Amino acid sequence: MHQSTGKRKAMKENHILCRLFMTFMKIGLFTFGGGYAMISIIENICVEKNKWITHDEMMNVTVIAESTPGPIAINCATFVGYRQAGLIGATAATLGVTIPSFLIIFAISLFLNNFLEISVIAHAFHGIKIAVSVLIVKAAVKMMKHMKKQFLPLAILTCSFTVMMLINMFSWDFSSISLMLIAAVISLFFFTLETKLLRKEGEQK
Amino acid sequence: MIYLELFWNFFRVSCFAFGGAYSAIPLIRDVVLSHGWLTDETLTYMIAVSESTPGPIMVNLATYVGSSQAGFLGAVLATLAVILPSFIIILLAMVVLKTVIDNPYVQAVLEGLKPCIIGIILATGVYMCVSNCLTLTADSSIDLRAAGILVLLLLLTAGVKVFAKKQLSPIMLILISACLGIIIYH
Repeated sequence: MHQSTGKRKAMKENHILCRLFMTFMKIGLFTFGGGYAMISIIENICVEKNKWITHDEMMNVTVIAESTPGPIAINCATFVGYRQAGLIGATAATLGVTIPSFLIIFAISLFLNNFLEISVIAHAFHGIKIAVSVLIVKAAVKMMKHMKKQFLPLAILTCSFTVMMLINMFSWDFSSISLMLIAAVISLFFFTLETKLLRKEGEQK
Repeated sequence: MIYLELFWNFFRVSCFAFGGAYSAIPLIRDVVLSHGWLTDETLTYMIAVSESTPGPIMVNLATYVGSSQAGFLGAVLATLAVILPSFIIILLAMVVLKTVIDNPYVQAVLEGLKPCIIGIILATGVYMCVSNCLTLTADSSIDLRAAGILVLLLLLTAGVKVFAKKQLSPIMLILISACLGIIIYH
Protein backbone atom coordinates (compact mmCIF):
# COMPACT_ATOMS: atom_id res chain seq x y z
CA MET A 1 0.00 0.00 0.00
CA HIS A 2 2.68 2.40 1.13
CA GLN A 3 4.88 1.33 -1.74
CA SER A 4 2.23 2.02 -4.35
CA THR A 5 1.65 5.60 -3.16
CA GLY A 6 5.40 6.09 -3.33
CA LYS A 7 5.37 4.78 -6.87
CA ARG A 8 2.45 6.98 -7.80
CA LYS A 9 4.25 9.97 -6.37
CA ALA A 10 7.34 9.15 -8.43
CA MET A 11 5.21 8.77 -11.53
CA LYS A 12 3.52 12.08 -10.86
CA GLU A 13 6.93 13.68 -10.51
CA ASN A 14 8.09 12.23 -13.80
CA HIS A 15 4.89 13.46 -15.35
CA ILE A 16 5.40 17.05 -14.19
CA LEU A 17 9.04 17.00 -15.31
CA CYS A 18 7.97 15.79 -18.71
CA ARG A 19 5.34 18.51 -18.95
CA LEU A 20 7.74 21.23 -17.82
CA PHE A 21 10.30 20.09 -20.37
CA MET A 22 7.80 19.86 -23.24
CA THR A 23 6.07 23.14 -22.42
CA PHE A 24 9.30 25.11 -22.22
CA MET A 25 10.54 23.45 -25.38
CA LYS A 26 7.43 24.78 -27.09
CA ILE A 27 8.10 28.23 -25.64
CA GLY A 28 11.70 28.06 -26.83
CA LEU A 29 10.62 26.99 -30.28
CA PHE A 30 8.04 29.69 -30.88
CA THR A 31 9.49 32.85 -29.38
CA PHE A 32 11.23 35.00 -31.89
CA GLY A 33 12.93 38.25 -31.08
CA GLY A 34 14.29 37.81 -27.61
CA GLY A 35 13.28 38.35 -24.02
CA TYR A 36 10.47 40.86 -24.05
CA ALA A 37 8.48 38.86 -26.57
CA MET A 38 9.02 35.79 -24.44
CA ILE A 39 7.60 37.31 -21.25
CA SER A 40 4.11 37.66 -22.68
CA ILE A 41 4.13 34.10 -24.02
CA ILE A 42 5.39 32.64 -20.74
CA GLU A 43 2.74 34.62 -18.88
CA ASN A 44 0.06 33.20 -21.17
CA ILE A 45 1.18 29.60 -20.82
CA CYS A 46 2.40 29.40 -17.22
CA VAL A 47 0.01 31.80 -15.50
CA GLU A 48 -3.21 31.67 -17.49
CA LYS A 49 -3.24 28.17 -18.95
CA ASN A 50 -1.35 25.94 -16.52
CA LYS A 51 -1.61 28.10 -13.38
CA TRP A 52 1.93 27.05 -12.43
CA ILE A 53 2.66 30.45 -10.93
CA THR A 54 0.52 33.49 -10.07
CA HIS A 55 0.50 36.78 -11.90
CA ASP A 56 2.26 38.49 -8.99
CA GLU A 57 5.01 35.87 -9.01
CA MET A 58 5.40 36.46 -12.73
CA MET A 59 5.88 40.19 -12.07
CA ASN A 60 8.52 39.34 -9.47
CA VAL A 61 10.42 37.14 -11.91
CA THR A 62 10.34 39.88 -14.50
CA VAL A 63 11.81 42.40 -12.07
CA ILE A 64 14.46 39.95 -10.88
CA ALA A 65 15.22 38.99 -14.48
CA GLU A 66 15.65 42.64 -15.44
CA SER A 67 17.99 43.44 -12.58
CA THR A 68 20.08 40.28 -12.83
CA PRO A 69 22.25 39.25 -15.74
CA GLY A 70 21.42 36.61 -18.32
CA PRO A 71 18.64 35.93 -20.82
CA ILE A 72 15.17 36.63 -19.40
CA ALA A 73 13.74 33.41 -20.84
CA ILE A 74 16.25 31.35 -18.87
CA ASN A 75 15.42 33.24 -15.69
CA CYS A 76 11.69 32.59 -16.14
CA ALA A 77 12.16 28.91 -16.99
CA THR A 78 14.37 28.32 -13.95
CA PHE A 79 11.88 30.06 -11.68
CA VAL A 80 8.79 28.20 -12.89
CA GLY A 81 10.61 24.87 -12.97
CA TYR A 82 11.88 25.30 -9.43
CA ARG A 83 8.43 26.23 -8.14
CA GLN A 84 6.91 23.13 -9.68
CA ALA A 85 9.52 20.47 -9.02
CA GLY A 86 12.58 21.82 -7.25
CA LEU A 87 16.08 21.63 -8.65
CA ILE A 88 15.31 18.89 -11.18
CA GLY A 89 12.29 20.86 -12.35
CA ALA A 90 14.42 23.97 -12.80
CA THR A 91 16.94 21.98 -14.82
CA ALA A 92 14.23 20.36 -16.97
CA ALA A 93 12.55 23.68 -17.79
CA THR A 94 15.82 25.48 -18.50
CA LEU A 95 17.11 22.74 -20.77
CA GLY A 96 13.72 22.62 -22.48
CA VAL A 97 13.74 26.31 -23.33
CA THR A 98 17.33 26.12 -24.63
CA ILE A 99 17.33 22.97 -26.73
CA PRO A 100 15.25 24.13 -29.74
CA SER A 101 17.39 27.17 -30.49
CA PHE A 102 20.54 25.19 -29.77
CA LEU A 103 19.65 22.59 -32.39
CA ILE A 104 18.55 25.17 -34.97
CA ILE A 105 21.65 27.32 -34.62
CA PHE A 106 23.92 24.30 -34.56
CA ALA A 107 22.42 23.14 -37.86
CA ILE A 108 22.83 26.63 -39.34
CA SER A 109 26.45 26.85 -38.19
CA LEU A 110 27.28 23.74 -40.21
CA PHE A 111 26.42 25.34 -43.53
CA LEU A 112 26.29 29.11 -43.01
CA ASN A 113 29.40 29.70 -45.09
CA ASN A 114 28.10 27.82 -48.13
CA PHE A 115 24.81 29.58 -47.61
CA LEU A 116 26.41 33.03 -47.81
CA GLU A 117 28.07 32.25 -51.13
CA ILE A 118 24.72 32.28 -52.93
CA SER A 119 24.56 35.81 -54.35
CA VAL A 120 20.88 36.55 -53.63
CA ILE A 121 21.44 35.62 -50.01
CA ALA A 122 24.62 37.65 -49.81
CA HIS A 123 22.69 40.68 -51.11
CA ALA A 124 19.88 40.08 -48.65
CA PHE A 125 22.40 39.97 -45.82
CA HIS A 126 23.86 43.31 -46.93
CA GLY A 127 20.44 44.75 -46.16
CA ILE A 128 19.95 42.73 -42.99
CA LYS A 129 23.26 44.00 -41.62
CA ILE A 130 21.86 47.51 -41.66
CA ALA A 131 18.58 46.42 -40.07
CA VAL A 132 20.52 44.86 -37.19
CA SER A 133 22.33 48.09 -36.42
CA VAL A 134 19.03 49.98 -36.53
CA LEU A 135 17.54 47.44 -34.11
CA ILE A 136 20.40 47.94 -31.66
CA VAL A 137 20.02 51.72 -31.75
CA LYS A 138 16.27 51.31 -31.25
CA ALA A 139 16.80 49.07 -28.22
CA ALA A 140 19.12 51.67 -26.69
CA VAL A 141 16.68 54.52 -27.34
CA LYS A 142 13.85 52.56 -25.78
CA MET A 143 15.94 51.95 -22.64
CA MET A 144 16.86 55.64 -22.50
CA LYS A 145 13.18 56.58 -22.39
CA HIS A 146 12.67 54.47 -19.26
CA MET A 147 15.79 55.81 -17.58
CA LYS A 148 15.89 58.15 -14.58
CA LYS A 149 16.68 61.62 -15.92
CA GLN A 150 19.07 62.67 -13.18
CA PHE A 151 22.57 64.08 -13.28
CA LEU A 152 24.58 61.00 -12.31
CA PRO A 153 22.92 58.46 -14.64
CA LEU A 154 23.02 60.91 -17.53
CA ALA A 155 26.69 61.62 -16.88
CA ILE A 156 27.52 57.89 -16.75
CA LEU A 157 25.54 57.38 -19.96
CA THR A 158 27.40 60.14 -21.80
CA CYS A 159 30.81 58.96 -20.59
CA SER A 160 30.25 55.30 -21.40
CA PHE A 161 28.86 56.25 -24.84
CA THR A 162 31.90 58.41 -25.62
CA VAL A 163 34.45 55.90 -24.35
CA MET A 164 32.75 53.04 -26.19
CA MET A 165 32.73 55.06 -29.44
CA LEU A 166 36.46 55.71 -29.04
CA ILE A 167 37.09 52.03 -28.28
CA ASN A 168 35.25 51.07 -31.47
CA MET A 169 36.88 53.68 -33.66
CA PHE A 170 40.46 53.16 -32.60
CA SER A 171 40.10 49.46 -31.67
CA TRP A 172 41.35 50.14 -28.17
CA ASP A 173 42.11 47.15 -26.03
CA PHE A 174 39.68 47.95 -23.23
CA SER A 175 36.79 45.64 -22.50
CA SER A 176 33.26 46.90 -21.99
CA ILE A 177 33.05 44.78 -18.85
CA SER A 178 35.75 46.92 -17.21
CA LEU A 179 33.73 49.96 -18.25
CA MET A 180 30.71 48.56 -16.42
CA LEU A 181 32.75 47.78 -13.32
CA ILE A 182 33.98 51.39 -13.24
CA ALA A 183 30.40 52.66 -13.56
CA ALA A 184 29.27 50.43 -10.70
CA VAL A 185 32.10 51.68 -8.47
CA ILE A 186 31.36 55.34 -9.28
CA SER A 187 27.67 54.91 -8.57
CA LEU A 188 28.38 53.11 -5.31
CA PHE A 189 30.84 55.84 -4.28
CA PHE A 190 28.36 58.66 -4.85
CA PHE A 191 25.62 56.75 -3.08
CA THR A 192 27.81 56.21 -0.01
CA LEU A 193 28.87 59.85 -0.05
CA GLU A 194 25.26 60.99 -0.30
CA THR A 195 24.04 58.84 2.58
CA LYS A 196 26.98 60.00 4.74
CA LEU A 197 26.22 63.66 4.00
CA LEU A 198 22.54 63.15 4.73
CA ARG A 199 23.38 61.49 8.02
CA LYS A 200 25.69 64.38 9.01
CA GLU A 201 23.01 66.90 8.16
CA GLY A 202 20.56 64.95 10.24
CA GLU A 203 22.99 64.93 13.18
CA GLN A 204 23.59 68.69 12.93
CA LYS A 205 19.90 69.37 13.03
CA MET B 1 42.60 25.26 -24.41
CA ILE B 2 39.76 26.44 -26.59
CA TYR B 3 36.99 24.70 -24.61
CA LEU B 4 37.97 26.36 -21.38
CA GLU B 5 38.38 29.71 -23.10
CA LEU B 6 34.94 29.48 -24.72
CA PHE B 7 33.33 28.52 -21.44
CA TRP B 8 35.06 31.18 -19.37
CA ASN B 9 34.44 34.02 -21.82
CA PHE B 10 30.77 33.29 -22.36
CA PHE B 11 30.28 32.78 -18.65
CA ARG B 12 31.79 36.21 -18.04
CA VAL B 13 29.63 37.82 -20.72
CA SER B 14 26.50 36.26 -19.27
CA CYS B 15 27.38 37.48 -15.77
CA PHE B 16 27.43 41.06 -17.04
CA ALA B 17 24.54 41.02 -19.50
CA PHE B 18 21.93 42.97 -17.56
CA GLY B 19 18.59 43.70 -19.15
CA GLY B 20 18.33 41.30 -22.05
CA ALA B 21 19.96 40.40 -25.29
CA TYR B 22 20.93 43.80 -26.65
CA SER B 23 23.09 44.58 -23.67
CA ALA B 24 24.93 41.33 -24.32
CA ILE B 25 25.70 42.12 -27.96
CA PRO B 26 28.45 44.70 -27.28
CA LEU B 27 30.03 42.34 -24.73
CA ILE B 28 29.91 39.36 -27.07
CA ARG B 29 31.27 41.53 -29.88
CA ASP B 30 34.17 42.49 -27.65
CA VAL B 31 34.99 38.88 -26.83
CA VAL B 32 34.67 37.34 -30.28
CA LEU B 33 36.56 40.12 -32.06
CA SER B 34 39.43 40.21 -29.58
CA HIS B 35 39.85 36.43 -29.79
CA GLY B 36 39.43 36.44 -33.56
CA TRP B 37 36.60 33.92 -33.25
CA LEU B 38 34.36 35.76 -35.72
CA THR B 39 34.78 38.69 -38.07
CA ASP B 40 32.62 41.78 -37.65
CA GLU B 41 30.75 40.67 -40.80
CA THR B 42 29.85 37.18 -39.60
CA LEU B 43 28.89 38.48 -36.18
CA THR B 44 26.38 40.88 -37.72
CA TYR B 45 24.99 38.08 -39.89
CA MET B 46 24.64 35.90 -36.84
CA ILE B 47 22.84 38.61 -34.87
CA ALA B 48 20.35 38.80 -37.74
CA VAL B 49 20.06 35.01 -37.88
CA SER B 50 19.54 34.91 -34.09
CA GLU B 51 16.83 37.56 -34.40
CA SER B 52 15.03 35.56 -37.07
CA THR B 53 15.30 32.17 -35.38
CA PRO B 54 13.55 31.35 -32.12
CA GLY B 55 15.18 31.46 -28.72
CA PRO B 56 17.22 33.93 -26.69
CA ILE B 57 19.75 35.80 -28.83
CA MET B 58 22.57 35.24 -26.37
CA VAL B 59 22.07 31.49 -26.42
CA ASN B 60 21.97 31.50 -30.21
CA LEU B 61 25.18 33.50 -30.50
CA ALA B 62 26.97 31.32 -27.96
CA THR B 63 25.91 28.15 -29.76
CA TYR B 64 27.12 29.50 -33.09
CA VAL B 65 30.48 30.76 -31.84
CA GLY B 66 31.08 27.55 -29.91
CA SER B 67 30.20 25.38 -32.86
CA SER B 68 32.29 27.37 -35.34
CA GLN B 69 35.33 27.29 -33.05
CA ALA B 70 35.22 23.84 -31.53
CA GLY B 71 32.42 21.76 -33.01
CA PHE B 72 29.57 20.20 -31.11
CA LEU B 73 31.30 20.09 -27.72
CA GLY B 74 32.26 23.74 -28.09
CA ALA B 75 28.65 24.62 -28.84
CA VAL B 76 27.42 22.74 -25.79
CA LEU B 77 29.99 24.36 -23.49
CA ALA B 78 29.43 27.91 -24.74
CA THR B 79 25.66 27.49 -24.43
CA LEU B 80 25.91 26.08 -20.91
CA ALA B 81 28.21 28.95 -19.95
CA VAL B 82 25.56 31.46 -21.03
CA ILE B 83 22.76 29.67 -19.19
CA LEU B 84 24.57 28.91 -15.95
CA PRO B 85 24.80 32.39 -14.34
CA SER B 86 21.08 33.17 -14.68
CA PHE B 87 20.18 29.63 -13.61
CA ILE B 88 22.23 29.93 -10.43
CA ILE B 89 21.10 33.49 -9.74
CA ILE B 90 17.41 32.59 -9.93
CA LEU B 91 17.92 29.62 -7.65
CA LEU B 92 19.63 31.94 -5.18
CA ALA B 93 16.84 34.45 -5.69
CA MET B 94 14.29 31.97 -4.43
CA VAL B 95 16.29 31.81 -1.21
CA VAL B 96 17.93 35.15 -0.49
CA LEU B 97 17.95 37.56 -3.39
CA LYS B 98 14.67 39.28 -2.53
CA THR B 99 16.32 40.91 0.47
CA VAL B 100 19.59 41.43 -1.40
CA ILE B 101 17.91 43.22 -4.30
CA ASP B 102 16.18 45.60 -1.89
CA ASN B 103 19.51 46.45 -0.25
CA PRO B 104 20.29 50.14 -1.01
CA TYR B 105 23.94 49.43 -1.86
CA VAL B 106 23.01 46.72 -4.34
CA GLN B 107 20.48 49.16 -5.79
CA ALA B 108 23.22 51.79 -6.09
CA VAL B 109 25.39 49.37 -8.08
CA LEU B 110 22.48 48.52 -10.36
CA GLU B 111 21.66 52.23 -10.85
CA GLY B 112 25.24 52.74 -12.03
CA LEU B 113 25.25 49.72 -14.33
CA LYS B 114 22.03 50.60 -16.14
CA PRO B 115 23.04 53.94 -17.73
CA CYS B 116 26.49 52.54 -18.49
CA ILE B 117 25.10 49.62 -20.44
CA ILE B 118 22.70 51.92 -22.31
CA GLY B 119 25.66 54.05 -23.36
CA ILE B 120 27.55 50.96 -24.50
CA ILE B 121 24.59 49.67 -26.53
CA LEU B 122 23.98 53.07 -28.11
CA ALA B 123 27.64 53.45 -29.06
CA THR B 124 27.73 49.96 -30.56
CA GLY B 125 24.56 50.57 -32.59
CA VAL B 126 25.65 53.98 -33.84
CA TYR B 127 29.11 52.70 -34.73
CA MET B 128 27.63 49.77 -36.65
CA CYS B 129 25.25 52.11 -38.55
CA VAL B 130 28.16 54.35 -39.54
CA SER B 131 30.64 51.61 -40.39
CA ASN B 132 28.07 49.93 -42.64
CA CYS B 133 27.88 53.05 -44.81
CA LEU B 134 31.45 54.31 -44.57
CA THR B 135 34.58 52.42 -45.41
CA LEU B 136 37.02 53.79 -42.89
CA THR B 137 40.22 52.76 -44.62
CA ALA B 138 42.92 54.82 -46.34
CA ASP B 139 40.58 55.80 -49.18
CA SER B 140 37.47 56.41 -47.12
CA SER B 141 34.43 56.10 -49.32
CA ILE B 142 30.71 56.19 -48.75
CA ASP B 143 28.66 53.14 -49.67
CA LEU B 144 25.69 54.99 -51.12
CA ARG B 145 23.55 51.90 -51.45
CA ALA B 146 24.01 51.01 -47.80
CA ALA B 147 23.31 54.61 -46.79
CA GLY B 148 20.14 54.48 -48.91
CA ILE B 149 18.93 51.34 -47.16
CA LEU B 150 19.71 52.89 -43.77
CA VAL B 151 17.67 56.02 -44.57
CA LEU B 152 14.78 53.94 -45.95
CA LEU B 153 14.71 51.73 -42.84
CA LEU B 154 14.80 54.71 -40.48
CA LEU B 155 12.00 56.43 -42.41
CA LEU B 156 9.98 53.23 -42.36
CA THR B 157 10.38 52.72 -38.60
CA ALA B 158 9.45 56.33 -37.91
CA GLY B 159 6.57 56.17 -40.40
CA VAL B 160 5.03 53.06 -38.90
CA LYS B 161 5.32 54.59 -35.44
CA VAL B 162 3.71 57.89 -36.40
CA PHE B 163 0.99 56.68 -38.77
CA ALA B 164 0.09 53.20 -37.56
CA LYS B 165 1.00 53.93 -33.90
CA LYS B 166 2.70 50.55 -33.75
CA GLN B 167 6.20 49.22 -33.33
CA LEU B 168 7.57 47.53 -36.41
CA SER B 169 8.52 44.05 -35.22
CA PRO B 170 12.21 43.12 -35.51
CA ILE B 171 11.37 40.21 -37.80
CA MET B 172 9.43 42.49 -40.17
CA LEU B 173 12.31 44.96 -40.22
CA ILE B 174 14.79 42.20 -41.03
CA LEU B 175 12.55 40.81 -43.79
CA ILE B 176 12.10 44.25 -45.34
CA SER B 177 15.82 44.98 -45.14
CA ALA B 178 16.58 41.65 -46.84
CA CYS B 179 14.26 42.55 -49.72
CA LEU B 180 15.80 46.02 -49.97
CA GLY B 181 19.27 44.44 -50.04
CA ILE B 182 18.32 42.10 -52.88
CA ILE B 183 16.73 44.91 -54.90
CA ILE B 184 19.37 47.60 -54.33
CA TYR B 185 22.52 45.49 -54.59
CA HIS B 186 21.26 43.50 -57.56
